[in-house]
Amino acid sequence: MLYVVVSFLWVSLWFYLLFGGADFGAGILELFTRTRNKSRTRRTMYRAIGPIWEANHMWLIIAIVILFVGFPAIYATMSTALHIPLIIMLLGIIARGTAFAFRHYDAVVDDMQQLYSKIFTWSSLITPLFLGIIAGSAVSGKIDTTPENFLEGYIFNWLDWFTIAVGCFTVAICAFLAAVFLIGEATGEKDKRRFIAKAKTSNIAAFVAGALVFIAARYEDIPLTSWIFGNWVGRLSILLASLSLVLLWYLLGKGKVKILPLLAGFQVTMILLSVTYVHFPKIVLLKGGNYLSLMEHHGEARTMESLGWALLIGSIFILPALFYLLYSFRKSAKKLAGS
Amino acid sequence: MDNFIAARSQMALSLGFHIIFSCIGMVMPFFMAVSHFIYLKTGNVLYKNITRAWSKGVAIFFATGAVSGTVLSFELGLLWPAFMEHAGPIFGMPFSLEGTAFFVEAIALGFYLYGWDKFNKWFHWATGVVVGVSGLLSGILVVAANAWMNNPKGFDFINGAYLNIDPIKAMFNDAWFSQALHMCIAAFAATGFAVAGVHALMIYRKKNVSFHAGAFRIAAIFACVAAILQPLSGDISAKNVARLQPAKLAAMEAVLKTETSAPLIIGGIPDSVSGQVNYAIKLPGMLSYMAYGDFNATVKGYDQIPEDQHPPLLITHISFQLMVALGMFMLLIALLYLVIILKKKSWQKKKWLLKLFILATPLGFIAVEAGWTVTEVGRQPWIIYGIMKTSEAVTPMPGIPYTFYIFTAVYLSLSFVVIFMLYRQIKMVDKLYDTPLYTNS
Repeated sequence: MLYVVVSFLWVSLWFYLLFGGADFGAGILELFTRTRNKSRTRRTMYRAIGPIWEANHMWLIIAIVILFVGFPAIYATMSTALHIPLIIMLLGIIARGTAFAFRHYDAVVDDMQQLYSKIFTWSSLITPLFLGIIAGSAVSGKIDTTPENFLEGYIFNWLDWFTIAVGCFTVAICAFLAAVFLIGEATGEKDKRRFIAKAKTSNIAAFVAGALVFIAARYEDIPLTSWIFGNWVGRLSILLASLSLVLLWYLLGKGKVKILPLLAGFQVTMILLSVTYVHFPKIVLLKGGNYLSLMEHHGEARTMESLGWALLIGSIFILPALFYLLYSFRKSAKKLAGS
Repeated sequence: MDNFIAARSQMALSLGFHIIFSCIGMVMPFFMAVSHFIYLKTGNVLYKNITRAWSKGVAIFFATGAVSGTVLSFELGLLWPAFMEHAGPIFGMPFSLEGTAFFVEAIALGFYLYGWDKFNKWFHWATGVVVGVSGLLSGILVVAANAWMNNPKGFDFINGAYLNIDPIKAMFNDAWFSQALHMCIAAFAATGFAVAGVHALMIYRKKNVSFHAGAFRIAAIFACVAAILQPLSGDISAKNVARLQPAKLAAMEAVLKTETSAPLIIGGIPDSVSGQVNYAIKLPGMLSYMAYGDFNATVKGYDQIPEDQHPPLLITHISFQLMVALGMFMLLIALLYLVIILKKKSWQKKKWLLKLFILATPLGFIAVEAGWTVTEVGRQPWIIYGIMKTSEAVTPMPGIPYTFYIFTAVYLSLSFVVIFMLYRQIKMVDKLYDTPLYTNS
């Protein structure tokens, strides 16, 4: 059952990165859209993510519940040491979720819309930035469970060049996913070209940010290169991601967009796989070579068993409903695009 | 403000904020389902408009409830890491099931809000019902987790270690049923009175009367039935508390000295120094009867509870009195309303009745907040009753007052914006819905 629970944890992080990420990305793209095109970007976005946007963020809740039920020591350590970035991320989540709903459901359309938009787009940038920072600090080996002072215990364990680079990389990936997903949703030829251009820019940004992650890792003495290229899974997934990237650029140039979302999703999946595989099961690396491991720091057998069953039974309800939701709105969006 | 008080305040604030949104998010879908059902059966567009107007409100409340709920799932660890480290694996079962229920709710809401004229009309209606049912289920599960803190079951506590964990037993602890029942009915009463009150105000002002009257009828009937049932569930809850948490009962009822045939104390300000409750009405023997079903039963008082285990007396007592008083007031309104509609008299012309409903708009939610204050403050100093003290659970991270200030500012401004948005929704009713020709979906 432990493996079932761990798989669900990985899958919920994966889906959160893909769907939640694309969702954040839509806000990031809007932030970097010229004012005159903003409303069109927004309309496309609502059509694309409106029905599923609440569901996209449920993956984070599933992941956090798995952590606190199944791996309480890991949850407790992370939420103590990473208190500040978690709080910032939460404020981002509050601001973003409410601004999105307010903007869409406000009965009167006036200047308030601009305020909602400003809050929505900026929090769309800040939230994944801090998600990336949190992910980076889990492996940067600076978390100290018995800190000597405040700065060491609660600030510099998450704030360094490496985590910031990981944060920027996460932001770029989100924007890239959103741009690629939105190409298919665009109704006019002009909008489609706009999103293709955005997909290219954000892809370059992701590439640059990815390079920065490696440079920052070197600077902070984190053996990232050997982590990723030191095993065949890492090497293979990076190779596959690079090959599919070539294909993606070729198709972007040709304007053939049908399978682009799959390619982009595949690349992000490969990146997640390569960075998680090497650490498994050590989910948090602590200062001084200690670590927290999914295989060692989990709850008692009875807990893991009931958690596993709850997740399995839950997925019987969730997955078919979610796919039907995606499928039926995709179909009606196509009808709309066709007419 | 020290760290501990700040952490407790921040938790109270977050829960107090979340509870309002989650109540509305779990109850309004049922109102919508009724109104939607009437529309589908009769074809009366008025009810379609009511459903659509409400569904916008629900979307706003659901989104706010969802993010504040997400925040809470993190705050448990951010503020109480030591608690979560031990409690997580024991009382996690309802949370993991709640994850599913909440997820299903979000999916169903996607179908419902964006599904007008896209699906078979009864499938679309059913997705709305699923939103309500899964929302209610989430509520019950979360309350079951809270009930475990009051009645920790499903493990053996041996020399400070939590052994032989049984998550199913923990979920079905002795407090879950009475707490969940009381909370669900409270959610219906509070939301019902809030919604009915807003529509009553508009009827009183003679604005879009047919629209608001239709909406009022649906909300009011839910509110009134719930308000009548609530004292019964309150009785079950009180007996449960008496059995499981005598210290909480003592605080609620300001029982300072252990007594046989203890009086029911109504109102009053307890003075723990003199051991007296001043300015109170006392009904002899009633507390013994209500708590144990026997006029001569002994009720444990503060004098027989170790001093370091006394819950804060004044807050618990006053909150409990407030909750009961508001509950009684809502019961009264409910009975009046039911008498009037059963006699088939026109309630719309009775201004005093409308005024009563307008007055009652916030009362249900005030009662909900007061009730949670009783549950939470009345459990102090424990976070896990009899096992772990709240002060042992708090995060070692300094500076919590600052995050408390930030969260206060955020939640206050969000409350203002939500109220502002509701005001605008209601103001736009004429333009959007008050025409029989409105068919544009």
